[in-house]
Amino acid sequence: MTIPQPALPASVATAWWNNAAVRGVFYQVAVLAGVIGLGWYLVSNTLDNLATRGIAAGFGFLGREAGFGIGESLLAYSPADTYARAVAVGLLNTLIVSVLGIAFATVLGTVIGIARLSSNWLIARLSTIYVEGVRNIPVLLQLFLWYSLITEALPGPRQAFNPVSGIFLSNRGFKFPVPVWENAHTIAAAAFVAGCLAAVLIHRWAKRRQDLTGQPFPSVWAGTAAIVGMPFIAFLAAGAPTAMSVPELKGFNFVGGGLISPEFAALWFGLTVYTASFIAEIVRSGIQAVSHGQTEAAQALSLTRGLVLRLVVLPQAMRVIIPPLTSQYLNLTKNSSLAVAIGYPDLVSIANTAINQTGQAIEGIAIIMAAYLTVSLSIAAFMNWYNKKMALVTR
Amino acid sequence: MKFLRHAAAGAAMLLAASAGQVWAGATFDAVKARGVVHCGVNTGLFGFSAPDDKGNWTGLDVDLCRGVAAALFGNAAKVKFVPLTAQQRFTALQSGEIDILSRNTTWTTQRDTELGLNFAGVMYYDGQGFLVPKKLGVKSAKELNGATVCVLPGTTTELNLADYFRANKMTFKPVVIEKNEELAAAFFSGRCDVITSDASQLASIRAAQASNPGDFVILPEIISKEPLGPVVRHGDDQWFDLVKWTVYAMLEAEEKDITSKNIDTMSGSADPTVKRLLGLTPGAGKALGVDEKWAYNVVKQVGNYGESFDRNVGMASKLKLDRGLNQLWIKGGLMYAMPIR
Repeated sequence: MTIPQPALPASVATAWWNNAAVRGVFYQVAVLAGVIGLGWYLVSNTLDNLATRGIAAGFGFLGREAGFGIGESLLAYSPADTYARAVAVGLLNTLIVSVLGIAFATVLGTVIGIARLSSNWLIARLSTIYVEGVRNIPVLLQLFLWYSLITEALPGPRQAFNPVSGIFLSNRGFKFPVPVWENAHTIAAAAFVAGCLAAVLIHRWAKRRQDLTGQPFPSVWAGTAAIVGMPFIAFLAAGAPTAMSVPELKGFNFVGGGLISPEFAALWFGLTVYTASFIAEIVRSGIQAVSHGQTEAAQALSLTRGLVLRLVVLPQAMRVIIPPLTSQYLNLTKNSSLAVAIGYPDLVSIANTAINQTGQAIEGIAIIMAAYLTVSLSIAAFMNWYNKKMALVTR
Repeated sequence: MKFLRHAAAGAAMLLAASAGQVWAGATFDAVKARGVVHCGVNTGLFGFSAPDDKGNWTGLDVDLCRGVAAALFGNAAKVKFVPLTAQQRFTALQSGEIDILSRNTTWTTQRDTELGLNFAGVMYYDGQGFLVPKKLGVKSAKELNGATVCVLPGTTTELNLADYFRANKMTFKPVVIEKNEELAAAFFSGRCDVITSDASQLASIRAAQASNPGDFVILPEIISKEPLGPVVRHGDDQWFDLVKWTVYAMLEAEEKDITSKNIDTMSGSADPTVKRLLGLTPGAGKALGVDEKWAYNVVKQVGNYGESFDRNVGMASKLKLDRGLNQLWIKGGLMYAMPIR
């Protein structure tokens, strides 16, 4: 809606440079030009300096042979592979430790957070000691502690702990038997994905039916059955191969089986334990933010304790919990770059090595920054979506 | 590709900002005006560069930097030491944070060219070896198939290791930790079967960090050539010359039996080479842009190469390394100073 402006007499008409709209545009253009100019100056200065020093620039090095070994990798990797593949191995290692760290820190943090609210004096105090102790010690020191605990306290591979046949615990890591991957395993994995999908569909159908008819359906049980049962049946149907790769001591080290290396374990434990202490506080504050009257009102409706928690307290607590929780997930992901100190081959460690071998520092740092930015933004986008989903819907 | 390069360059704006200021003048003039040499050294490699119990930096690599300060300022104390990890060292030199990198760095084509650096001679001819606990019962590096190997990341050592195992159709599992001390601690705790590095470094680690050095043995195979020397960046040949001729002055002094103790009695020498070295016959100092007594100051304040070697890594030190290839050429080694004239 526009309000007609009374025409001003010519004598008091403002000059164009005093016009608020013109000024607004002018300042925005000036700021933009300043930012672009500064950026351009820095970029061209860098390129000039690189040229002056005779340092080759560009991402061409990614296609060259890396020539160095990497301790652990999910992708097949050998020193004959390219730098690009080495960096991919590092990124994958970062993702694994971040995902596992986030999952376990969330569980541990939630348990500790609820325990701090416990009416049991001992449990509540122990949780408090945990939170205050762990979150006030720098995470790098904790990583060193875990790493030296693992490498110093555990015996060498020839004297490894062997509690159950096929399982070895030594300063070379935790070795355990794994099934030899065959077609049946691929089929079972596919069935697992299908089971998860089925569980979601069952849950949606059950909810709609309950909304329409008021008839409940045990969708949790049905969903669990689909997720567990479908891969199991598929595995049996495919012949259920039982061949296992069992670790055994050969020469210096164990051959075969799966491995959790000391570096990975130290980083994973360290990040989990550290981040869990923050998550515990976030969970505690979330639960305490829900007024006790809500619980009492729900109980007055004769809801069971589980339903009170699931339907009344948690949905409201989640609104408080999710935003700071997102920050903790991002922190954990970024803290995983401390891997460099204890020798876990994460993205930063491998990119640093590549930088050193090739001298392409700027390109290497750009890759690290782009990778972390992508991962962090993905986590943030997912958590924002989840936050929106959990937000209080006003009716 | 041009866009990518711009994007990458933009991502490192801080580097650019810091680089702009140090490239204002030639290194030689900048150092002279500053009055102190910035020297990049190892964070702690006993015998080459490590602080002693009084906190003074000592070692063969450290002595070279002191020598350059003595040649330029007539005072070997005018050095600021900057401890660097293997991964930080080249960036520190390229960005101008340091003037000389004297940190057991191997001379390779790629470093000499693509990284924009110049190697100013060799302070120590080394080769890569393997250190193992005696109780492992290994007699040769050829028996190391399947071993877990501790190695510093971002070094030629790391590449040689992969090459050697590939060439011999063996496999290995690397454990890479950035700091010398942490890496050695991982080895001594048994995390790795073997630690690999330049043989001199292995001797240093064994002497300084093993609870009982006699329990560890360096395997006979030397799998690479590792000529270790001081490095400067491209762009200032005068500075490059000064560092290079400081190395030669230390060698030439040893060849002529001039030591920090007897140098003052040598001034009566009739040997024209000695007279040129001591600045009694002028010329070399002016050519380098420093005082004519430059070489005198180096030898008087730091010592000749042999003195520095003995004191830091040789028989007078805990490392007890043999001169080997690092003997003077007249005694069967590779150390050879270009004629100072």
